[in-house]
Amino acid sequence: MSTPFAKLPVWVEYALIPLVNLAVAFLVAGIVVVFVGENPLEAARIMITGAFGSGEGIGFTLYYATYFIFTGLAVAVAFHAGLFNIGAEGQAYVGGIGVAAACLTFDHTMPWYLVFVLASLGAMAFGALWALIPAWLQAYRGSHIVITTIMFNYIASNLMLYMLLNVFKPLGQMAAQSRTFEPGGQLPKLDWLLSIFGLDIGGAPFNFSFLVALVAAFVVWVLIWRTRLGYEMRTMGFQPHAARFAGMKSKRIVVIAMLISGALAGLMALNPIMGDQYRIQQDFVTGAGFVGIAVALMGRSHPVGIVLAAILFGMLYQGGAELSFDMPEITRDMIVVIQGLVILFAGALEHMFRPAITAFFARASKSRSEAAAGA
Amino acid sequence: MDHNTIIVLLQSTIRVSVPLILTALAGLYAERSGVVDIGLEGKMLAAAFAGAATAAVTGSALTGIGAAMLVSVALSLVHGYASISQRGDQIVSGTAINFIAAGATVILGQAWFAQGGRTPALSADARLATYKLPGADAVRDVPVLGPIYSDLLSGHYLLTYFAFAMVPITWWVLYRTRFGLRLRAVGENPGAVDTAGISVVRMRYLAVICGGMLCGLAGAYLSMALANGFVKNMSAGRGFIALAALVFANWKPKNILLTCLLFGFLDALSIYSQNVELPIMSSIPDQAIQALPYILTVVLLAGFIGKASPPKASGVPYVKER
Repeated sequence: MSTPFAKLPVWVEYALIPLVNLAVAFLVAGIVVVFVGENPLEAARIMITGAFGSGEGIGFTLYYATYFIFTGLAVAVAFHAGLFNIGAEGQAYVGGIGVAAACLTFDHTMPWYLVFVLASLGAMAFGALWALIPAWLQAYRGSHIVITTIMFNYIASNLMLYMLLNVFKPLGQMAAQSRTFEPGGQLPKLDWLLSIFGLDIGGAPFNFSFLVALVAAFVVWVLIWRTRLGYEMRTMGFQPHAARFAGMKSKRIVVIAMLISGALAGLMALNPIMGDQYRIQQDFVTGAGFVGIAVALMGRSHPVGIVLAAILFGMLYQGGAELSFDMPEITRDMIVVIQGLVILFAGALEHMFRPAITAFFARASKSRSEAAAGA
Repeated sequence: MDHNTIIVLLQSTIRVSVPLILTALAGLYAERSGVVDIGLEGKMLAAAFAGAATAAVTGSALTGIGAAMLVSVALSLVHGYASISQRGDQIVSGTAINFIAAGATVILGQAWFAQGGRTPALSADARLATYKLPGADAVRDVPVLGPIYSDLLSGHYLLTYFAFAMVPITWWVLYRTRFGLRLRAVGENPGAVDTAGISVVRMRYLAVICGGMLCGLAGAYLSMALANGFVKNMSAGRGFIALAALVFANWKPKNILLTCLLFGFLDALSIYSQNVELPIMSSIPDQAIQALPYILTVVLLAGFIGKASPPKASGVPYVKER
């Protein structure tokens, strides 16, 4: 093991190894399907046609993907600075306060694009606020950010239940949710985008926030690879001692990276609240913050990878819903299993197949050079 | 609050703190050896399912407990393989285990029993047994001490007594045995342990297996004692409360007992106040009490009450010098 990570061709590093890891995760998921007594190939076929077989399917797939682009970016930005933000779930949940407050206050008086600007700012502010305390504690008091962000997820879920019951809920209503927004608090659907490709969106809630997510992905790319702050963050994540030695203010960078991460997670709240349900309700995040971990790991923390991984998970969510109709034995909990397996094989065990692949390529290049020498 | 209320509250405190104690001790073994275990929640859930499913099918509580421990240890070994042998990220690996357990328990439960992810209700034999302390009936009428002995201390599950006994036993193992010394040493300075000719990998695997067994018991307690069978996501964040308790207790057995009792008491209080009006409680929102263990842990982590000092090498994979 003197050269544990020999240089591999770029396509092996960024395409082959992630794909091998992903393939193993799906193979194990297939074994679970066999255990349940169904045919995994048939299950895969139903999922893929459910997700991509119709305009409505594609609309739903991209609607789910919108959630995961935001949370995936949130987790990835923190990853780059060497921080594990397990709290995107709570940050997105609290970010909903900003969206709902803007919509409930201005939906009568303003057009959607103005409310949208205020809602985005609110979402980012509240999401960032929820990340601020763990970030500050990590930077200045040395408390481990993984533990504090987990705690903040639970505190968020109690806080939000309190807010929904005591602040947002109209009088005389039972369910923990706000009133429905007027048109000023509703983002337009992207039916025109799909109709360019001759597809009919049907009832899918695919909406404007998808475009916001793509813009956010581009901004994150610029931030991480084209700005001084991004460079400092990557240095921090790669070699904290070197960063400090080079005079970078590591405490400040921890706080800023987490604020950006929290703001991105907060933006996720736009998609369900302003883009689909037109009200804030309990548990609207539904685990998307945790999916963000899988998406960031699979996408190798690169915005392009994250968008692709988010679409894959969107496909799993939409296809999984179809699957549970056709194979009632396989509930949507199958997605949670797949998510766990992807995190395991693409994250914790990401180097498992590397020695074998490295050896394979070393042997291949050796035999090639021998062949060249022989000729 | 009269005498009876206090007894009822404390009784329910003991009942809900048992899984916390077992799980926090499980985390203690793993983390003291340098393996951060964020997958406690998932292991407890998987064990709860395995225990209830096996007990329902076989009708025997002992087989159920065995299955619960087996499944929990198996997941621990996955975590161990990823974080000890493959030197992967321990947080990522633990997160993965939580998801796999949350999804797989429902899928398999639905496929095997077709009751919406539940397992069938357990018969009396398949549930965990309770134990009456000697002379509990005789002393019940003694004022003050009588009810404390016969209502509060007697009549709990055997596993409850075991959980409380595990606290001093764990203390003894960690601080008074060679195994414990080595265990603490691999968590603080694995290089030194390696130099002394002891295998770091072996010690960490042993620690993770100990944790898996305790977590398995906690899961069995949930589905075979507290409840009468498995229900979807029945661990409900207890694994994370236990993790919080472990941090709050500063990775020390005695503190774990006190912290788990405190967190258990808060839980018992919030359950009790849903049914009975308590004088101060009605003005505090229920959500605030639910969130209190987490808030307290964050405040402690911030170093405002005492200082949290985790094992130095926890979370760091050990790479043997070459």
